[in-house]
Amino acid sequence: MLFPSSQRPGSPCRVVITGAGIVTSLGLGWAANAQGFRSGRVALKPVTLFDVSRQRVKTAGEVALPAGLPLKRLSRKQANRLDRATMLLLLAAEEAWRQSGWSPSHNLPLVLGTTSGGMGLGEAYYRQTLRTPHGHRQQSTRVLHYQAQSQALTLADAFDFSGPITIIANACASGANAIGHAWELLRSGASERVLAGGFDALSQMVFAGFDSLQALSTTHCRPFDAHRDGLALGEGAAVLTLETLDHALQRNAEILGEIVGYGAALDIHHLTQPHPQGDAALASMTAATKVAGLSPEAIHYINAHGTGTPMNDGAEANAIRRWAGPRVSTLPVSSTKSSIGHLLGAAGAVETVICLMTLREQWLPPTSTLQEPDPVCLFPVVREPTDARVEHVLTNSFGFGGANASLILRRWS
Amino acid sequence: MVVSRIFVHGYGAASPAGWGIAPLQEALAAQTLLPPKALPRPGWDKPLQIRQVPPPQSRPAFLAHGRLRRTSPITQYVVSAALEALGGDEPLVANGSLRLGIVLCVMSGCVNYSRRFYDEALRDPATASPLVFPETVFNAPASHIAALLGTPAMNYTLVGDPGTYLQGLALAAQWLLADHVDGCLVVGGEECDWLTADAFRLFSRSIVLGDGAGALYLKRQSEGSSLAELSAISNSHVYTKRQTRTQAARQMRTELPTSSENTLLTDGLLNVKRFDAPETDAWQHWTGPRLSPKIILGEGLMAAAAWQCVAAVDALRHGSYQTANVSVVGCNQQAIGAQFVKGN
Repeated sequence: MLFPSSQRPGSPCRVVITGAGIVTSLGLGWAANAQGFRSGRVALKPVTLFDVSRQRVKTAGEVALPAGLPLKRLSRKQANRLDRATMLLLLAAEEAWRQSGWSPSHNLPLVLGTTSGGMGLGEAYYRQTLRTPHGHRQQSTRVLHYQAQSQALTLADAFDFSGPITIIANACASGANAIGHAWELLRSGASERVLAGGFDALSQMVFAGFDSLQALSTTHCRPFDAHRDGLALGEGAAVLTLETLDHALQRNAEILGEIVGYGAALDIHHLTQPHPQGDAALASMTAATKVAGLSPEAIHYINAHGTGTPMNDGAEANAIRRWAGPRVSTLPVSSTKSSIGHLLGAAGAVETVICLMTLREQWLPPTSTLQEPDPVCLFPVVREPTDARVEHVLTNSFGFGGANASLILRRWS
Repeated sequence: MVVSRIFVHGYGAASPAGWGIAPLQEALAAQTLLPPKALPRPGWDKPLQIRQVPPPQSRPAFLAHGRLRRTSPITQYVVSAALEALGGDEPLVANGSLRLGIVLCVMSGCVNYSRRFYDEALRDPATASPLVFPETVFNAPASHIAALLGTPAMNYTLVGDPGTYLQGLALAAQWLLADHVDGCLVVGGEECDWLTADAFRLFSRSIVLGDGAGALYLKRQSEGSSLAELSAISNSHVYTKRQTRTQAARQMRTELPTSSENTLLTDGLLNVKRFDAPETDAWQHWTGPRLSPKIILGEGLMAAAAWQCVAAVDALRHGSYQTANVSVVGCNQQAIGAQFVKGN
């Protein structure tokens, strides 16, 4: 039963990560992405997926999809219908699933974050309704498969599991909210395992939307730079296999890291602009550290939301200053969106995996395009890939509508 | 003391019957199908048929709020339903003494502005409106509700098929029991557009889409009088290669608690045989009273699942029933059910 749920009495369960999959424009999988971030590579290039000739901006972080996909148990019919977003999701999930050693299950909750599901199919549907108003060829398939539950169900079929599917669409905080929600399900004892993550593919409508808002950088995306002029869009996916510590230990699973805190808050200042002082970001960071039982002094790195827009980065810098107090002057912060762009609904999940990399491999990823730090940043912005001792990291995700979410991860040793 | 009971303290609706609970009650009591209206479809001579929320008799006061001036119908519906459900607790949210969570559930979401913006982008992306794009985002309506009420607390938008509304109730219960919030609005909403009506026509020409919203206001305590208690939500039985829609509906049915004689079934039947078959099968042995709001109001997708819950709670409040079951056999994701019992 979803309610009343079988919550475990007593202290909350500890939640660990036993598998992580990542797909970005830097490459497919942990190794390619770690190598990319460790070398400070920028993986943004001219958009080829749709026509951008009339856009102000013509680059993004496109993923180079492989010829072969992890189709697992999908039928040929299902495989032929895969859209780009589902492909990204399957690739990330396959890496996480393989690493975790999980088996098919009848009761495995799936929690995903996305902003637009299979938007590319929705766009194709609309174009055909205009082009051939009485032609229905492939239209019913597009209708069914553009919806985010379709990507989730395809994932379940591919890996032969079933269970409640929760799809959180909190704009660009969706991926972080999905992992946070999964963490809460595990922590309360309502589940022993949850598959969680985020995904989004580039689409013409969303690209045009950000361009219409003049939110895209017409030069190059430089988060926290004094002369930053906007964000870059990207695409990708990340998936985590999460389980209670007891469950992971029982099956002798390799533990990659632990999630120890999650906080969420809503910024009601404006639909698309954060409160200049970052009130909701402060609230979400404070909530995450409170539940983790940590002070800002214990955090060794922040993977910032850091989109590169003048307003976001200023508000986030203010929030970090207010949250960190005296710690701010020595707290390393970077935005990995400088390398891969903003992955929207996937961003929070992808950046969680990047944080996991920093914990596992003890290095900090840079804001690789930074030239002149904005004076509003009282923290050191990581400019070069750096080896460091990292025990706890915090990652921020903020979105349209004022969705704010923060996650804290702990190194597993 | 461990608190584990969840109560319904308010409800609200906007439906093709009108704005508010009263017209919904009247329409369901009358059991007369609401007449559809014509919706032009570009490229066709013949219009589509839909059941849409009628224009309000007077401009809703909430539209004076700066955030709501440019909003599309879905936001107006969900705000109206949310305010009605919240009732007298609105000042407590405004003064910060009540932490109000919001769970918004949608399937098609903000389709009016999405279609409009994409149409502009196809014509010439250089002139596509920056005012329209932010309103296309799934969580825009939930953000507007929060801004209007002044609540910075937990706020999620869930997408999925109509069964997601019952998942939203479970999420609200989780937040309440974890003490993240003191009260939580769970709102389901949709808006009609020729694009969605056109899409559903691909699957059946008998389906008449409807739009609107429904909202339940949940709290932990039953101080004062509650309208109903949320007693159970079944598992979400998803449709996979392993489990058909019919099998999932049967599973949902077996999980709902055994009912007393005084139980109402609020189902999701549409009077479209092919779509109704799994739910009809699951409840074939049901001999008690039943109510099918969608037959009267139209296929309101997430709004319809919310209307089912609102109708169930309303029947407990005003009728002689002790218990009400809600059955949602969603179109392409899950079968899920809920049970409410009479409040105190």
